[in-house]
Amino acid sequence: MSVEAAIPEGYVKVFSKPKALSDAKYTYCPGCHHGIITRLVAEAIDELGILERTVGISPVGCAVFLDRFFNCDFVQAAHGRACAVATGIKRARPDLVVFTYQGDGDLAAIGAAETVHAANRGENITVIFVNNGVYGMTGGEMAPTTLPGQRTTTTPLGREPRLHGYPLKISEMLAQLEGPAYITRQAVFDYRHIVRAKQAILKAFRNQLEGKGFSLVEILSTCPTNWRMTPVEAGRWVAEHVVKVYPLGDLKDVG
Amino acid sequence: MPKGIVVVDKERCKGCGLCIEACPFGVLGFSSEYNSSGYRVVYMEHPDKCTGCAICANVCPDVALEVYRQEPTKEAA
Repeated sequence: MSVEAAIPEGYVKVFSKPKALSDAKYTYCPGCHHGIITRLVAEAIDELGILERTVGISPVGCAVFLDRFFNCDFVQAAHGRACAVATGIKRARPDLVVFTYQGDGDLAAIGAAETVHAANRGENITVIFVNNGVYGMTGGEMAPTTLPGQRTTTTPLGREPRLHGYPLKISEMLAQLEGPAYITRQAVFDYRHIVRAKQAILKAFRNQLEGKGFSLVEILSTCPTNWRMTPVEAGRWVAEHVVKVYPLGDLKDVG
Repeated sequence: MPKGIVVVDKERCKGCGLCIEACPFGVLGFSSEYNSSGYRVVYMEHPDKCTGCAICANVCPDVALEVYRQEPTKEAA
C-alpha cells in the first residue's frame, strides 16, 4: 500500500482493520453506531481465532449486507427468523460458531417469538442485538423499542405510551427465563463503553465455545439519519436519554 | 517527530466527525477535500499533538483510520 510507505521508520501499527472484515465499504449511514458494533464483532472473531468455523446470520434491516463486510460464511435469514436459522445450523453442526446480528425491528418486533423461544430453549448461540429505537432501513418508523415521546415518521407527535405501547425491554424479558446463560446491555457512544461492549461480545462468544448456552448482547445504537440529529448529537442523546429507559449492565450471567 | 500518526482511508471516511469529537488532544479536523462519494474527509489538523492512543480509530464507525505509534527508544526505556 502506498499509504504505508509514507510512515517513517520507528513507528508500529497500533490499530488497523480486523482480518475478519473484508475490504468492502459499509453501507451504513455516516456516524451510525452499527459500524462500530460490526467491527467489535470482527475483532472478537479475530481474537478468538474462529474465523474459519464461524457462520453469521444476517437479519433484514440496515445490517442485511453483513455477508459483504465479513470474511466468514453468512446466511441471510427471513425477517426476524435469525435465531431459528441459527438454531438449525448449530444443531446440525455443533462444531461451528454461530452468531446472529439483528436490529430491534428484526429481533424485537417481527422476530420476538423466535428470539424468546430460542432463549427459552437455551440454544448454544450468540446473539448481537442492535437497539436504536426505530426502523432504520425503511424510513424511521416507530419500533417496539422507541422511547416514550420520541418522534418518528409514524409518531410525528411523539410516542404516546397509552396509544402506542411502552418500550419493549427484550433483555429484561429474556433475563427472567431459565434458558439463557448471559444477557447484557451495553452501549458504544464513547471509548470507555466501546471497550466494555467488546468484552461483553467476547464473553458471549466464549460462552458458546464453552457450551454454556444462549448469550445475548444488546447494544444501544444511534440512528442519526432517522433521529434527525448529527452523529455527535445522537451519541449524546443515547448517553443522556436512552440509557435512562434502557439501563446498561449485565442482566443475567450464570458464570 | 509526533508520537503518533493517523492514516485516513479517504474513500472509507464518511465525514461523520465522531473521531474529531473523541480525540482528547484535538488532533483531527475536517479537511477541504471531498472523496468520490462526496463526503468531507478528516485529516490531522495538528499532527504534533498526536500521541497514538487510537481512540479516534476505536470510535470510527467506518474503520477508516489506521494508527501508528512511535516505538520507545532505548534511552527512554
